[in-house]
Amino acid sequence: MTPPPVRHRIITASLLTVAAVYFLVPVYWLAVSATKNSADLFGTFGFWFSGHPHPVDHLVEVLTYDHGIYARWFANSLFYAGTGAVCATLLSAAAGYALATFPFRGREAVFNVVLAGVLIPGTALALPLYFLFSALGLADTYWAVLIPSTVSPFGVYLCRIYAAAAVPDSLLEAARIDGAGEARIFGGIALRLMTPALVTVFLFQFVHIWNNYFLPLVMLSDSDLYPVQLGLTSWTGYADRQPVLYQYTVGGAFLSVVPLMVLMTVLQRYWRTGLTEGSVKA
Amino acid sequence: MSRDTPSRPDPVPRGAARKDTGRRPRRATRTEARNARAAAGFVLPFLALFVLCFLAPLGYALYESLLRTERTGPLGLGGRAHQVFAGLANYAHALADDRFLAGFGRVLLFGAVQVPLMIVLATALALLLESASARGVPFFRSAFFLPYGVPGVIASILWGFLYVPGISPLVKIAESMGWQVDFLSRTAVLWSLANIVTWQFTGYNMLVLIAQLKAVPGELYEAARIDGANAWQVARHIKIPLLRPALVLTGVFSIIGTLQLFAEPMVLRPLASSIDSGFTPNLHAYSEAFVGNNQQVAAAEAVLLALVACAVSFGFLRLAGGRAGERAGERG
Repeated sequence: MTPPPVRHRIITASLLTVAAVYFLVPVYWLAVSATKNSADLFGTFGFWFSGHPHPVDHLVEVLTYDHGIYARWFANSLFYAGTGAVCATLLSAAAGYALATFPFRGREAVFNVVLAGVLIPGTALALPLYFLFSALGLADTYWAVLIPSTVSPFGVYLCRIYAAAAVPDSLLEAARIDGAGEARIFGGIALRLMTPALVTVFLFQFVHIWNNYFLPLVMLSDSDLYPVQLGLTSWTGYADRQPVLYQYTVGGAFLSVVPLMVLMTVLQRYWRTGLTEGSVKA
Repeated sequence: MSRDTPSRPDPVPRGAARKDTGRRPRRATRTEARNARAAAGFVLPFLALFVLCFLAPLGYALYESLLRTERTGPLGLGGRAHQVFAGLANYAHALADDRFLAGFGRVLLFGAVQVPLMIVLATALALLLESASARGVPFFRSAFFLPYGVPGVIASILWGFLYVPGISPLVKIAESMGWQVDFLSRTAVLWSLANIVTWQFTGYNMLVLIAQLKAVPGELYEAARIDGANAWQVARHIKIPLLRPALVLTGVFSIIGTLQLFAEPMVLRPLASSIDSGFTPNLHAYSEAFVGNNQQVAAAEAVLLALVACAVSFGFLRLAGGRAGERAGERG
């Protein structure tokens, strides 16, 4: 194959660079601004450091403000996203596996209802969910955010497609002949074969829960239960009266974004293999 | 969950029931019953929570939306509140509310512009990264994908600072070049929001498209090159048609996302006076429920929103997916 002409390479590289600048500038701004105090945040040029950057001091201020409420919000986010995503992955795997491997009456009906669930916007559900949960006395508890986070119709869809392709019927039959129970076959064989799909579902759901704003906003009023996003917006809400909160919001946003970005970059590989499965067959 | 007959000397392979044998009916029933029992153990935990978190809220919203609160006290204040059947009055109220309808119009306009723009951008970036002349692919791919790791709320806080006149370095740069820009003005604010959404999700959509491109056998491109097609022709006549299923997928998810628009306008509201409490349907329903204390109308609006989202995405699947979408569905 002949190498493409130099002109092409230059055009391609410039277009990609322009795009990279667009995607990276806000993140760069956040990193620079996290080193500034309130006065410098407003008084100095946003794309460059102030004369006296104090990144560590400012981040410590964020963490210690209001008896360390920020750390609590962060832990809440980790709890909601971690626990919710693990449960969602296991529930989706079991349901997707069963829908792929057991022909039973009403199977397609069940699958179609779940698929319709993919198309219902989550925020259209959040308000009704709040009305229902407050009628059940569950509003303003950890459960109010955790329970809805464990349900992922998209995960079931992905797991069904993946299981249909990756879990051979003959293997299941062989295991049955050997006397393995259905639960053991699922736990010992199917889950292992479905690992790439499970990683994808876990990541999707983790990011989805971590980013979810509307559900915790309507469900929670006790600020001790807030996930980090909700906490940060509550800070911006008070910033009019307490301008230092602008600085804490910026610092808190920076702190919350860094771990997720590292996770994204590291896990991108798995993400992509998983997406291939999803998108090729979707 | 486990089968009660641990081993069976001659297991009936699945699908064998379809074969015409004398004992067919009895065997089919037994296999089916066994399958149904096993499947139930796996499906029911998910299904129970799905019903609780998807179907029950919709049902409850539907029920609530048909009620009206009446108070028996003097002047309709205080006293005991009880709920009476209101028919479609709440829907009529929602649909007669100009601001609610304007919100719908706004997100539809937003979607009609932002979704195609973002998908064209994602496709262009995917094709550029996959073209033979791209260097530094891993770096660019990570850079484009990075914003997906920034939650909508944080992205809005971030861009909010980049929009607000007093702080924004962008406004300062523009001013130094003699331009007066107001990202948060009545006319510009919708597109400033569109920029936040585009910034966040282009890279994600690009990765979906790259995954689809990678699934295409390389010989196809090679053959086209040998036939004398240039890079543009390969992209136009081979890659883009092959991307169709992934484009439909990203299109549907983007449309659903657009209709849900909430966090971005909610976060920018304190900064932009042009964003009112009815800016998007979601924002309107939220303020109806928590500010207006009108749960039944909010329920009606949530039902309307779900209906429109389903109608629009199904419509899009029919229109854009056509046979490609159906074929892809069969493969699954």
